[in-house]
Amino acid sequence: MDPIRESLLKKSHQAKLERRGRLLGLFCISLIVVVVAAIFYFVASRGLATFYHDKINLWDFLTKQAWNPGTKDSHGIPEVGALPMIVGSFLVTIFAALVATPFAIGAAIFMTEISPRRGMQILKPVTELLVGIPSVVYGFIGLTVVVPVIRYLFGGTGFGILAGTFVLFVMILPTVTSMSVDALRAVPRHYREASLALGATRWQTIYKVVLRSSLPGLLTAIVFGMARAFGEALAVQMVIGNAALLPHNLVSPASTLTSILTMGIGNTIMGSLENNALWSLALILLLMSLVFNLLIRLIGRKGALKP
Amino acid sequence: MKVKRQDKVATVILYLIAGTIILVLASLLAFILIQGLPHVTWHFLTTPARSFEAGGGIGIQLFNSFYLLVLAMVISVPLSLGAGIYLSEYAKKNWLTSLIRTAIEILSSLPSVVVGLFGFLIFVIQFKFGFSILSGALVLTVFNLPLLTRNVEESLASISSMQREAGLALGLSRWETVTRIIVPEALPGITTGMILGAGRVFGEAAALIYTAGQSAPALDFTNWNPFYIASPLNPLRPAETLAVHIWKINSEGIMPDAVAVSAGASAVLIIAVLVFNLSARWFGQHLYQKMTGSGKKGA
Amino acid sequence: MKKRILLIAVLLLGLLPLTACQSSGNHGESITIVGSTALQPLVEAAGEQYGSEHFGKFINVQGGGSGTGLSQIQEGAVAIGNSDVYAEEKSGINEKKLVDHRVAVVGITPVINKQVKVKNLSFAQLKAIFTGQVTNWREVGGPNLPIVIVNRSQGSGTRVTFEKWVLRGAPAKQAQEQESTGMVRQIVATTPGAISYMAFSYVDKTIATVNVAGVAPTVKNVTTNRWQIWSYEHMYTKGQPKGLTKDFIAYIFSNKIQEKMLPKLGYIPVSRMQIQRDLNGKVTPVN
Repeated sequence: MDPIRESLLKKSHQAKLERRGRLLGLFCISLIVVVVAAIFYFVASRGLATFYHDKINLWDFLTKQAWNPGTKDSHGIPEVGALPMIVGSFLVTIFAALVATPFAIGAAIFMTEISPRRGMQILKPVTELLVGIPSVVYGFIGLTVVVPVIRYLFGGTGFGILAGTFVLFVMILPTVTSMSVDALRAVPRHYREASLALGATRWQTIYKVVLRSSLPGLLTAIVFGMARAFGEALAVQMVIGNAALLPHNLVSPASTLTSILTMGIGNTIMGSLENNALWSLALILLLMSLVFNLLIRLIGRKGALKP
Repeated sequence: MKVKRQDKVATVILYLIAGTIILVLASLLAFILIQGLPHVTWHFLTTPARSFEAGGGIGIQLFNSFYLLVLAMVISVPLSLGAGIYLSEYAKKNWLTSLIRTAIEILSSLPSVVVGLFGFLIFVIQFKFGFSILSGALVLTVFNLPLLTRNVEESLASISSMQREAGLALGLSRWETVTRIIVPEALPGITTGMILGAGRVFGEAAALIYTAGQSAPALDFTNWNPFYIASPLNPLRPAETLAVHIWKINSEGIMPDAVAVSAGASAVLIIAVLVFNLSARWFGQHLYQKMTGSGKKGA
Repeated sequence: MKKRILLIAVLLLGLLPLTACQSSGNHGESITIVGSTALQPLVEAAGEQYGSEHFGKFINVQGGGSGTGLSQIQEGAVAIGNSDVYAEEKSGINEKKLVDHRVAVVGITPVINKQVKVKNLSFAQLKAIFTGQVTNWREVGGPNLPIVIVNRSQGSGTRVTFEKWVLRGAPAKQAQEQESTGMVRQIVATTPGAISYMAFSYVDKTIATVNVAGVAPTVKNVTTNRWQIWSYEHMYTKGQPKGLTKDFIAYIFSNKIQEKMLPKLGYIPVSRMQIQRDLNGKVTPVN
């Protein structure tokens, strides 16, 4: 055959490479999707068994307060009321986010608007370093420093929502800060210049222009921090006291979904109700991270910056 | 001049906030380092742990942490590169891509306990890897993949489209454009993300308790045959890492000098993370210069 | 770039044979033991010693809790499952397939914060405290201090044993729970008015023990059953043990471990028990 004709008809080396590369990428991405699907399947199949196999009422599970999967109540139904853990998880998450937000955004403004050089030299490396500190270490410090201080100040045992909030606040602070910095940086420079040219002070520029236009990014940062706080296990478990009780106040022992889950999973037999009930807690955690993600996407879509 | 005063007040408050944060974070670091560094000696770093006598070290745990990290990165780096390239360069904007992105983000915000339990069910029990480095590395991969993938995707997306157009105009295929032009250009960002991810993996404990296990059997450092059961390289031996060790000795409470050992181990962990951070910067710069052939000042 | 892809592929493929090769070849022999954290220190220490005496044999010991130990041995995923409780006491376990090896006895004692200067409690008083009927130390002859209960997590062997012999079926008050004895000890030591329970071996100077119904928590009282709050430590195998598993269990029962190592770690050798107690709590003298 004519070599020119041949080279025109045959797939070129490039085209083959292109195909292979594309397939490789596709392979990697589908692997991730498979892993996510597998996690969902496993957690859901075990977590739902509580309701299908052991015939627990979903509403009771979510609203009852007694958590004793091993024992039965007066009607012969096992006591699996997850409300105390659900409330505990939400409380520590929301409080930690409430405390962390002003600090994180303040620090981010400082780093981007007020003193970028000093901020970058000192604040950024320190926050990045903190992202890498193992949660065990946070828990350890919480146990040896935070809990005794709270006990000294407020009485009680020192374990509880307040101690959990404080530890989580320090844990999510670096994440929220660095994401807020990214959000503020994404505001185009000419926005600030225009505002300053109109005679606005620096604070007016920050407050009325920079913060407003970066709001979606900041919200994403906060929600991301909340997702992290919601799923944190070891550090919280060490300081919250792990009592499956609705908290009376901020310093009475409480529990979170993660703390009960990690504590109990080794002491139960796979396939038994006690074990299934714990997997149901894991399922709630999974669904909550889904909710947090949808929130982030919603915020991102609503407020995408239109230049 | 109310506005001017407002501006001043706001500035002062922002300085205060930044100051407080630095104070909190710095005292945290100082606390860990001051408590821990006095215990960190060469002996501490190299001897095996003793479970119920004082004077043990963290030698095996330290080695395990590094080995596990290397294995986890060997698996997750190529996968995340492939996935990131696909997402940023090939994926069409449709519902499927959006679904995939959601899946990745869910994976990234999954509590590490859940990931660990999943790994326990799948790798340890179903695949019969047992409590082993391999199970641990696979779980860390699951844990790490979404963050790395997103990092790769973001780094690639930040490269200007002019570079892509230039590559295509020269007659390169899309794949060649990506691998020869875009990836090298994005390399500093990618490496920084990878090394920061490595730091996170290094300190992870919850996901490893039920997968890599909580025991550190004695290792024979003269036998490097990966199939020998006591070989440091054997991926099927159980391996307690440094972070798991801190958790375990604190909760067991039988080691007489548990407080000292965990303080020392925490300090070592933080120093390791610090080294990761610094090397991330240096390495990113260095690679960038090499791959793009730009001069010393290129950036 | 092709080279890199090739390298990646090789690395990934390289991992596969590693998994396949584990069982084949004479690269040493090993068994895995999983379960009870209360028994873990003993088995770990014995395993280490066994490994140093028998070249090429390895005993891997993992914690995970009694529940993990029992479900893993039932699945046949491990060689030995450790448990603080009888397999019959856990739901979801078919105990007929399992063989029980009672390797040690552990005494469990109530412990209190040192500020609570209470020396003796009756069984009724203990029960009243842990069911929540009594909430101040004043009511049981102590100082005017609220009682802070610290429990082990639900299903933990120590807690099951304690509640079996103290509460005798009465529901426990919901209170804070800790996953491990080390944490319990730290909390009891630092929290005014705290009470909890733990194995004898964990008791140290930072906390105080209490006599129950006039009986002191000592090894001697356990061996005669005057101190009733104790339990056997079980090592379960699926069917009769074979090979390395059998050798290792025999090693645990050898004098070297039973007489020398057990007392040092705070366990009581089964051979010293003057009585034995079955699943239902029936006590018979050892002849």
